[in-house]
Amino acid sequence: MSILIYAESAEGKFKKVALELASYAKKVAESLGTTVTAVTVNAGDVSELSKYGVDKVLKVNNDKLAGFTAKAYADVIKQAAQKEEAKVVLLSSTTDSIYLASLVAVALEAGYASNVVGLPVSTSPFQVKRTAFSNKAFNITEINTDVKVLALAKNSYGIFENTSSLTTEDFNPTIGDADFGVKVVSVEKVSGKVSIADADIVVSAGRGLKGPENWGMIEELASVLGAATACSKPVSDLGWRTHGEHVGQTGKPVATNLYIAVGISGAIQHIAGINSSKVKVVINSDPEAPFFKVADYGVVGDAFEIVPQLIQKFKAFKEQQS
Amino acid sequence: MKILVCISHVPDTTSKINFTNGDAEFDTNGVQYVINPNDEFGLTRAIWFQEQQGATVTVVNVGGPDTESTLRKALAIGANEAIRINANPTDGFFVAKQLAEVIKNGGYDIVIAGKESLDYNGGMVPGMIAGILGYNFLNSCTGITVEGTNVTAVREIDGGKETVSSSLPIIIGGQKGIVEEKDLRIPNMRGIMTARTKVLTILEPVDAAINTKAVKFEKPAPKSAVKLISADNLDELINLLHNEAKVI
Ligand SMILES: Cc1cc2nc3c(=O)[nH]c(=O)nc-3n(C[C@H](O)[C@H](O)[C@H](O)COP(=O)(O)OP(=O)(O)OC[C@H]3O[C@@H](n4cnc5c(N)ncnc54)[C@H](O)[C@@H]3O)c2cc1C
Repeated sequence: MSILIYAESAEGKFKKVALELASYAKKVAESLGTTVTAVTVNAGDVSELSKYGVDKVLKVNNDKLAGFTAKAYADVIKQAAQKEEAKVVLLSSTTDSIYLASLVAVALEAGYASNVVGLPVSTSPFQVKRTAFSNKAFNITEINTDVKVLALAKNSYGIFENTSSLTTEDFNPTIGDADFGVKVVSVEKVSGKVSIADADIVVSAGRGLKGPENWGMIEELASVLGAATACSKPVSDLGWRTHGEHVGQTGKPVATNLYIAVGISGAIQHIAGINSSKVKVVINSDPEAPFFKVADYGVVGDAFEIVPQLIQKFKAFKEQQS
Repeated sequence: MKILVCISHVPDTTSKINFTNGDAEFDTNGVQYVINPNDEFGLTRAIWFQEQQGATVTVVNVGGPDTESTLRKALAIGANEAIRINANPTDGFFVAKQLAEVIKNGGYDIVIAGKESLDYNGGMVPGMIAGILGYNFLNSCTGITVEGTNVTAVREIDGGKETVSSSLPIIIGGQKGIVEEKDLRIPNMRGIMTARTKVLTILEPVDAAINTKAVKFEKPAPKSAVKLISADNLDELINLLHNEAKVI
């Protein structure tokens, strides 16, 4: 018996969520008196995982898996779980991992809980806390099957070092043609920009910015902070920004450490998508804007005056820090 | 082409979320229900296929009699027929099991579900259906075209998008982009009238294991009030973000 995590990597490097997942898995493993095995796909150097408590890595290197294909990857994770007799299988909440998790759960006949925040509330019965109703509530979910699949919400646990001695093993699961029923034809990534999914800080702006020509200062603020940019729904509907940037209930969820909202009113549907961000800063000219009710810090004022000043001040701060 | 659209009946996005029975159950008091927004995008795309390429569109929901208003709305938007599986949707696997049964017996070419529903946000059902049936599956779909038995679709990925191809049958986890919001249909009077005459079949559920159960709900702890910083003292904001919140 062990705990299995799927440690997601891109271009040979582990994603931050994989390190968070390892940290989380170590803690769950301690409470169950077991060890953590990670399965990796074409990950290159895996030694980094030992820093976060992984005891063993099953390394899959296979050219057929060079691009992400859900069914094939799910098959890999299933076979790894069976080989390790894993009772708990953990995945992250990236778009890819969420795609995989329900396939893995069915394949292992396992109960599955997604959007898990925090360590199990109890291990017998096995109960976890997850978000529900677009972050307006939490739900304690009990999993009754022998094998359990969990998907951990991003930034809900944190990354903790906990060095282990790592063993690695090459793993060659069987993957067949049936795994490739959905073929990737082409991939388009927005290059040179921090993506919302990877960002620790997101700078977001709404209709209060009046037009797409005013986004220069938002991009500059984001670049000073190493942040991703985002927007409210009307902004993407109006075509000022791409749909990939729209956050909220019908857009992307954002679970960052810092969310800066400029000229966004704070409608309930927008808040639903950013509620699990840790610290929220709101800049809005209307002191009655609903966003101030959920914000940690607020500045009442004109974005066109405040943002340029903030850029200068953050720049000075960064220089002083370095 | 036969299309099945899975419809989740969810509280309107502005609903107040409360719990009853010792926080064990969602309080439906005063809650307005709607078609889950992700499903509504899928339904609209299905109607587009019906009108442009010739397809029959069936909508299905797992739920009690109270969900029929939502199915009737889908019929008024243009679906040809509806199915209600008469059961309380207890968890994602249970729902997927019921839907898989309908799909197996109905021989659908395309099944469109929302990538997640806005009540439990599970994001489980479409993938589980695909897993149970062994069908091709595409999640977070933002565009789909069909030529003969070939499907070309676009999927959102972290930091971009990807184009994929597959053959029918396929299960889709859809979201905004599969159609744009401006293209969503509102039922008109004629639609509402004809919806009354369309077939709504009620099926009894098949047995399914209860893998997970919701035992209790909690609301987030009340937030402390916002700290307002004067617009002419922005250094204070930087100071607070660095020393108090420790996020920069
Ligand atoms: C089913 C459904 C789903 C939805 N899903 C989403 C979603 O996922 N995401 C989302 O964002 N919305 C969503 N919405 C829309 C949501 O209800 C709001 O309409 C939207 O969030 C408003 O965007 P906004 O704040 O940018 O624009 P507005 O409401 O126009 O607000 C602009 C704000 O900018 C401020 N402002 C104006 N000028 C300045 C200035 N010079 N300096 C500073 N501040 C200024 C104003 O005071 C105002 O508060 C959804 C709606 C529905 C019905």
